[in-house]
Formats: sequence, C-alpha cells, structure tokens
Amino acid sequence: MELSGAEILWECLMREGVEVVFGIPGGANMPIYDAMLKYPVHHVLVRHEQGAAHMADGYARASGKVGVAMATSGPGATNLVTGIATAMMDSSPVVFITGQVHAHLIGGDAFQETDVTGITLPITKHNYLVTRAEEIAQVVREAFYIARTGRPGPVLIDICKNAQIQKTEFVYPEKVELPGYKPPRTAPKAQLQKAAQMIKESRRPVILAGHGLLISRAYREMQELAHRAHIPVAMTLLGIGSMPASDPLNLGMMGMHGEAYCNLAIQNADLLIALGMRFDDRVTGNLKTYAPHAKKIHVEIDPSEVHKNVVVDLPLFGDLRMVLSDLLSYVEESRHDEWLDQIGEWRAESDSRDIIYWPDDGKLYTAHVIRSIWEATRGQATLTTGVGQHQMWAAQYYPFEEPYRFITSGGAGTMGFGVPSALGVWFTDKTRDVWVIDGDGSFQMTQAELSTIVQEGAKIKIAIMNNHFLGMVRQWQEFFFDSRYAATPLHGPDFIKIAEAHGIPARRVTKPEEVMDALRFADQTPGPVLLDFWVEKEEAVYPMVPAGADLHNMIRRPARERTTA
Amino acid sequence: MQHTLIALVENKPGVLNRVASLFRRRNFNIESLNVGHTDRKDISRMTIVINSDEVDARKVEANLYKLVNVIDVHDVSTQPAVIRDLALIKVKAALDQRAEIANLASIFRGRIVDVAAESVIVEITGTEDKIESLVELLRPFGILEMVRTGQVAMLRGGYEPVRHTPGAGSNGHHPEEALEMD
Repeated sequence: MELSGAEILWECLMREGVEVVFGIPGGANMPIYDAMLKYPVHHVLVRHEQGAAHMADGYARASGKVGVAMATSGPGATNLVTGIATAMMDSSPVVFITGQVHAHLIGGDAFQETDVTGITLPITKHNYLVTRAEEIAQVVREAFYIARTGRPGPVLIDICKNAQIQKTEFVYPEKVELPGYKPPRTAPKAQLQKAAQMIKESRRPVILAGHGLLISRAYREMQELAHRAHIPVAMTLLGIGSMPASDPLNLGMMGMHGEAYCNLAIQNADLLIALGMRFDDRVTGNLKTYAPHAKKIHVEIDPSEVHKNVVVDLPLFGDLRMVLSDLLSYVEESRHDEWLDQIGEWRAESDSRDIIYWPDDGKLYTAHVIRSIWEATRGQATLTTGVGQHQMWAAQYYPFEEPYRFITSGGAGTMGFGVPSALGVWFTDKTRDVWVIDGDGSFQMTQAELSTIVQEGAKIKIAIMNNHFLGMVRQWQEFFFDSRYAATPLHGPDFIKIAEAHGIPARRVTKPEEVMDALRFADQTPGPVLLDFWVEKEEAVYPMVPAGADLHNMIRRPARERTTA
Repeated sequence: MQHTLIALVENKPGVLNRVASLFRRRNFNIESLNVGHTDRKDISRMTIVINSDEVDARKVEANLYKLVNVIDVHDVSTQPAVIRDLALIKVKAALDQRAEIANLASIFRGRIVDVAAESVIVEITGTEDKIESLVELLRPFGILEMVRTGQVAMLRGGYEPVRHTPGAGSNGHHPEEALEMD
C-alpha cells in the first residue's frame, strides 16, 4: 500500500511503541503533524524546543524506553541542540525528528534552512539526513535500534519536506543491518576469572557505581556482588539509586561534592571496581593523585571510555548486566570488616560536620528543606533538578532507596533541565509523585514550560530553592575569587505571581516552621503546585573538592555542635 | 611513534566528514589520511597515520570504531606491511637539466610523466623516506609544485590484522585481554 513519507514515519513510530511525542510544528514538518492526527499518539506541545528535548530525555531516563522529540527546520532544530547535547553526555536514548527544507533547496540558504546534521554530528550517537520517502522506514528502524542499544544515546533524523509528502510503498524492514555497529556483549571467561581473583585478593575494595548500572538494569547484580564480597559502594551522581541509601554498604555520592568518607575510601582503596562509569573529572579530581594504591577493574560497554581518563588494570567490555551476572559465578563470599570499620570512623567524623544535624537556628537552609521534602514524601518521590547548588543538595539530602527516581543532568550540567524533564517523567507513570527541586536561576531558564504542564494537567510539584543568586557560581566566587560576586545576584521575579498567572497554586516559605505546612499544602493540591523557598542566600555546598584538586583534599564544613539525629 | 591504522567504512555520503570531525572533536592530530575505493562498491578504505603513543593510538581506534559507519579498524604498525605514498613533483628544468633529473628519478624508480619547455613532472611511488630523499635531491633545481597522496598500507600475505577494539572486524570478535595495559 502506498503511504506518504509522513505516514510511514508514524507507522514506524507506532511499531516502536511510541505513545507520546514532545514538540512544536512549523513550516518544514507540517506534513508530519498533519499525518499524526490519524495515529493513536499523544503530542505534547512545548513552548520552546529545548523543553521538548529535556522532556523526551526525562521520559527515557525514567522508563528506559526511547523518548521522541520533534521540531521544525532552522531555529526549531537549533533550539533542540542543548537538549541533544544533554542526552548525549548522559547516554540517554532519544530520537529527534526534525523537518528540513525540500531536498532540491538544500545548500541554497532557503528560508529556515540550517545544516542540522552538520550541527548535531558531534552531539549525537548517529544522525541521518533523509531526502526521499523510500528511506524513511529503514532509517527510523535503525535510529531506534542505535538509540537504545549498546551505550544508548540520541539519534537525530532530519527529514526533507518533499520526503514527508512523497508517496511510496510502505515495507517495514524486519531486520536492521549495520555492519559497523556491534556493541560488545560479555567479557571472556579468562578475564572474568581474573577479575574474581583480583576481588578475592583485595583487602580494601570499593565499587564505583555509575549510570550504566541503571541503563543496563544491572543494579541488582551489583548489589549481589557487593553483599557477597562485602564491598562498599560509592555512587556517581547519575548512579544514585543503584544501591539503596539505607544499605550499610552504601557510601553515598563520590566526587567534587561527594561525602568526605566516600572520597577517602576511594583514595585509600586497593581495588576499584568501576561499573558503568567513566572517571569524569568531577569524580576523580586530580588524576595524578587519584586512588594511587588501587588496582582498577573497569566494566564498560564503550571501548573508547577505557583508559580515557584513568588507565586501568583490567577492562571488561560488555553489557554490564551480562558481565556482572557472568562474573558472579566466579566471585566467592568474603568479609572486609576491618576496612568497613575504618570507613565507619571517617563517616562518624563526617557526620559531626553535617549541616543536617545542626540545631534550628531560625534560618532556612536548603539541606533542611530537601530533608523535609524527603520526610513528607516518605522517600518515595521522583526528583528532577536543575543544575547547581540545589542539585548537589538534592543528591546529598534526599536518600533514594530505588533506582530511576533521581533524574538530573550530569555530564552536560544543563540548567533548566528540571521543569521539562519532570513532565517527561510524569508521562511514564501518571501516578508517580514527581517533584522538581530547582534553583531560582535554573527555573527561569525553562519556566515557559509551566504552560505546558498546565495544558497537560500534570501533577508536578515544583520547589524552588530561591537564594536570589546563581548559587554555585556565587560559591566559587566566594572560595576562589575573593567573594567578588560578578553577575551572580538575581533579582526577582515574584514566582508566586508567575505561578498564579498560569493558574498554579503557590506558596512562599521564608521560615523553617512554615516548611511542613507548605509541603502538606503541596500534597493536598490535586494538580501542579509551586513552592518558593527563600533559603539562606550565601550558604555553600560542602564538602567540596576544588576543580583539579586532589580528591582527598576537600574544603570541609567547619564542625559545629550537633543535636541527636 | 607513528601508527598506521586501516579503517573500512561504509561508502555513504558524509562518512569522511564524520571521521574528520571525530579527529577534530577528540583533538587527535593526523599525519595523513587517505580514502579510496576497495574491491567492494559499498566499502571504502581509509589509511590513517598518526603520531602518538600506544594509549592514544588505541583511543583513536576505539573512537573510530564507535562511528556507526565504520565497519573495521586495525593497526598495521607492528606488522610487516607494504606502505606506499605517491608524489607528483613539478621541477624547474632547463633543456640541459632534463637528463640529470631523469637520471635522479630513475635511481629512485621514479619517472618523468610530463615535459614542458621549462619544467618536468616527476612521479614517484614508495615509502615516505624514499620520497623525501628524492625531494631533497630535486630541491636545488627548484620545486614548482608538489602533491602527495598520503600513505596507503596493506599487510603482507599470511599476516592477520591486529584489532584492539572489541566488536571490530566480525560479530562477537573479542580479543583476549587485547586492551590490557602493562
């Protein structure tokens, strides 16, 4: 049967199980939107294409399914760019579909023509320019396959308007044939045995748990490995949730704003077992002094990540879940009580400095607000965040027992990720308790998507940690630029009025005693709600490893009298 | 050390751009890059020469193979291979100098492929140092123009390519401990 290219696109999307797409129509993708009306798909009309990209990304991270975002040519497509780069850095499977001008106009600087495949080449896992309707089915099939397999990532399909309109015979390709694309599956037996031997011989092992554990759904295998061989687990920002926070072997987050005892454990370890993480500069600090006593095993699906930052002793290539379940058949039970006692001592010392144990001094601290949100949501919420201080405090003070509940932009560090990604998360399960922990700076970068949230009737709670500053930059200015606050103070606006203009109920909180009442208000409000917490303006995130400094040389919070937890 | 990599890539529009963009993006410096057809219409072959240590050479390999359109990557630097470069050199040549230039060229098994009133074009094929030696000898005559293809390489018969990247070459190919560093 003959179908238009646009209809073929939707036929293929239906076969990929796509239920929701995020986007904005425009001149060069109108045939796609016109054909959409015939298919059972929900379209979310965003206010800016960056929002569509983050929504599809949030949807993908929370569900493991491929997210889909659409935009027209030219500015529509270029507005996606920040969102594509965000998905790329965090290995998120998203298919971007952009309209392009007629094939015969390409290269002629036609109205709203931009070289989108050129622009997105370094920030996509792969991309396609489609000039004929006959190519669409094969390309869409490949795009979804590439996006979700191996190390996942964004794939962009740029479809010329003529290809959307042309009619052709629709044949769904049964197979994907990509001669140059074969992600590794599992490591050879000899290497697995060697890894097991290294684990057996180690006295101070630490597991470094990364995002890959969530992506390949290998966190249970990792937990089994940790428990069987009695190995403490340090998590990257995106690995949070792979180990339940309450597990005695959990060391929490590593790196620049990681727990001091966690970083000390890494620096003193004699074996690091890196699982689906890439030794980013934010987790290693100075590479020359990083984990100097440790042998390193690196389980990784992307060969280009191995030896990139840290030269390791034993790389195991493959899908984490397969490698770990194979590895488990060689790993014996063991105990490392002495090592864990040592870490316990460091932990007690860290606790003595922790702001969470400070007595109420009448000031509103973000850490306390986030801990209250954790209590009010019984630790069961899914959090999305912007980027900055609030993001680090959310990672530190909202302990997660489950994976896929902390959705945040790690590698790219994209401010404005919180609000749109929350809507994407909500679409994966509308009964989910979705909270945006945002900063006043991050919030304003994508606040236009409040309209989208209202239009969709999404029950999303937005908590702005409003310190009237670009807080993280302010903190760096305080520490490294003699407190010269260049362009970091933020004035306004009145977020309550902004919320009300959208018909969103809102509350402002300025004192500690108002927090729980506001959280009850949020809980009882049926639709979206916004809370504006006026927190301490010049509070800093501790501990902190200055960029490029040794991981064990942290700026620590001064110790202070503690109350019982 | 100089590393010579062979990459087999899908013969599709934009693939050369993807490879070149990768080198720029990852800050790898290439000495030379040659692209040409193979015996198969759908596959092109690239010979890439880089000056780098072992770790960087393997990074280049792994990053190349990460490109969806790259089918196979291997390193021929440590194995017996035939490596050739072709140069065309236009040399200033007065009537009485032609014979001398032709002599020099033939010593290097090069030949004159064009003669004009005041210049000749010398064609030479060989390894890099051989070409460079001839260029130095021709320089005193006055080199007007020169073009080189960059190196092309092929393993000698009876040798198997060394692949460091899992998955490269064939489905499920997995070199035992190939990426381990001492």
